[in-house]
Amino acid sequence: MNARVDQDKGPTNPQRAVFWMWLQASPLVIRLCAGWMAMVVLIAVSADVIAPYSYSQLDLLARLQAPVFAGGVPQHWLGTDELGRDVLSRLIFSVRISLLVALISTLLSAFVGVVMGFAAAHFRGGVEQVVLTLVDFQASMPFMIIALAVLAFFGNTLPLFIALMGFYGWERSARIARGLTLAANEHGYAAAVYDLGASPWRVYVMHILPNIASTLIVSVTLTFPEVILLESGLSFLGLGVQPPMTSLGNMVGYGREYLQTAPWILLAPSFFIVVTTFSVSMLGDWLRDRLDPTLK
Amino acid sequence: MMRFMAIRVLRGLLTLFLVLSFAFVILRMTGDPAMLIMSADAPPEALEAFRKGWGLDASLWQQYLGYFKNLLQGNFGYSMRDKSPAMELVLARIPATLTLALPAFFLKLMIGIPAGVMAALHRNTWVDRLLISLSIAGYTMPSFVLGLVLVLVFAVGLGVLPSGGDATWQHAVLPIITLSLGGAAVLARFTRSAMLEVMGQPFIRTASAKGLVWRQVVMGHAMPNAAIPTLTVIGFMIGSLISGAVVVESVFSWPGVGRLLVTSVANRDLAVVQSLLLLVATTMITSNLLVDALYGWIDPRVRSGQAVRGQNK
Repeated sequence: MNARVDQDKGPTNPQRAVFWMWLQASPLVIRLCAGWMAMVVLIAVSADVIAPYSYSQLDLLARLQAPVFAGGVPQHWLGTDELGRDVLSRLIFSVRISLLVALISTLLSAFVGVVMGFAAAHFRGGVEQVVLTLVDFQASMPFMIIALAVLAFFGNTLPLFIALMGFYGWERSARIARGLTLAANEHGYAAAVYDLGASPWRVYVMHILPNIASTLIVSVTLTFPEVILLESGLSFLGLGVQPPMTSLGNMVGYGREYLQTAPWILLAPSFFIVVTTFSVSMLGDWLRDRLDPTLK
Repeated sequence: MMRFMAIRVLRGLLTLFLVLSFAFVILRMTGDPAMLIMSADAPPEALEAFRKGWGLDASLWQQYLGYFKNLLQGNFGYSMRDKSPAMELVLARIPATLTLALPAFFLKLMIGIPAGVMAALHRNTWVDRLLISLSIAGYTMPSFVLGLVLVLVFAVGLGVLPSGGDATWQHAVLPIITLSLGGAAVLARFTRSAMLEVMGQPFIRTASAKGLVWRQVVMGHAMPNAAIPTLTVIGFMIGSLISGAVVVESVFSWPGVGRLLVTSVANRDLAVVQSLLLLVATTMITSNLLVDALYGWIDPRVRSGQAVRGQNK
């Protein structure tokens, strides 16, 4: 993972061609991880098409069927659960839900963080102190506990759950955005655009944001797998995505009751969680080594 | 140093106040507890009596002041389920949680730090790659998956260890292993990057140039300096000793604080969740203060006000 690419000092312009060049010069593991992620995204997007059954379709005559490689029937590749629902179909839809929750939440958290960071850097003084206190507060409390407390009292709906997950990791983006913006404001380019009469809004969105984007993207790729883990953990506890909706953690949670008789119900989603978070983390680490200017 | 700590203590108290207000607001703004505890078709007089009994009929502002007054008097409210004092319920669970959390904490340190140092000293060799891959795997493996796989292997498959409960010491083995592996992986990653950063510094070159044995360079010069960022992580681990086992306790049906939290969240038992939040926040804040004090002791730069915090990327 530390194998450096030859053209390490190459131009850091974030163009796609350069990205592909990097990818081709990347270690095998990274390419495998990228491939896995491409597959996961494909599964999530085309879930309706590729799933052989609906995720909630019952078949009470075919309950707890073993997967095909363990002596099951070919109609259900990965077997069925205690209600005769097809595990493969549920897995496919779970991938979609989990990915969707993680994606929206991560973007939300990045958005909240960047706005807070910009606000702190722009207004300084009181606003900055408030933001920094909130950042400290968020960083000092285990997020899972906060999430549990909120879920306890707001009840649980999917939009609320996603919004809640959207607060995970915002403090990291806020810290980065604030720090880099303070630095950027010292640079000539921001002052120059101001002098040309641009509004602060324009300066931040059109000029500063693109300049700090690479560091932010890296931080976001590190948040993403953590959100997947958080979501699956909460769903595992029965406090995340609620049935009849399904998610990866949710499947593991109820599959646990059949650990002895039908371990395939939980093994398939567990495998997906582990490999997906592993892949994103590897890609994130690798991207950081390439993109983060503070590490060069 | 005094001023540095005073500011930290004030910040800690402010955080505590924020946590409590946060808890109060979400507790009270989210619907009527009377409706939650009693069914919606309960007679109106009974609902009214319930609200009066819990002080829910006063204005929100009065409730807020009353809440802090009660806290200051050591009254943390009563479980809405069985009427026993909420804080007592919570405190009664702490020994069980620490039975898992303390051994796991020491295991994390004993595995994580040596692994991180080893990886850093053998940078870019197969040792490093192996350790880092293991660490990323440990870090990305959710504890419930690890726990269930361990159960599948050692309880269901081999039948050598029990799968859940707390009857004997054997019951604690799998939860402790599950808890410690994830933490050890995180610690190894932090230790490695902290060591790498330090090893590139000029003073390390100086130390080896003046003829110190490599061992002395590592133990005497590199490790103390790498300790500072690592301490942040360790501090967080100490702070989450009580709250870090929520998932693991649920996997292994261990009757600790974490399971109490999950059940009271599921039952929407307001006072218990509130007491738990208070407890978790207090431990977290105390351990942060402890770490800050340690920073000051280890690193003189901190005492003079140049913060080293915020390295927890």
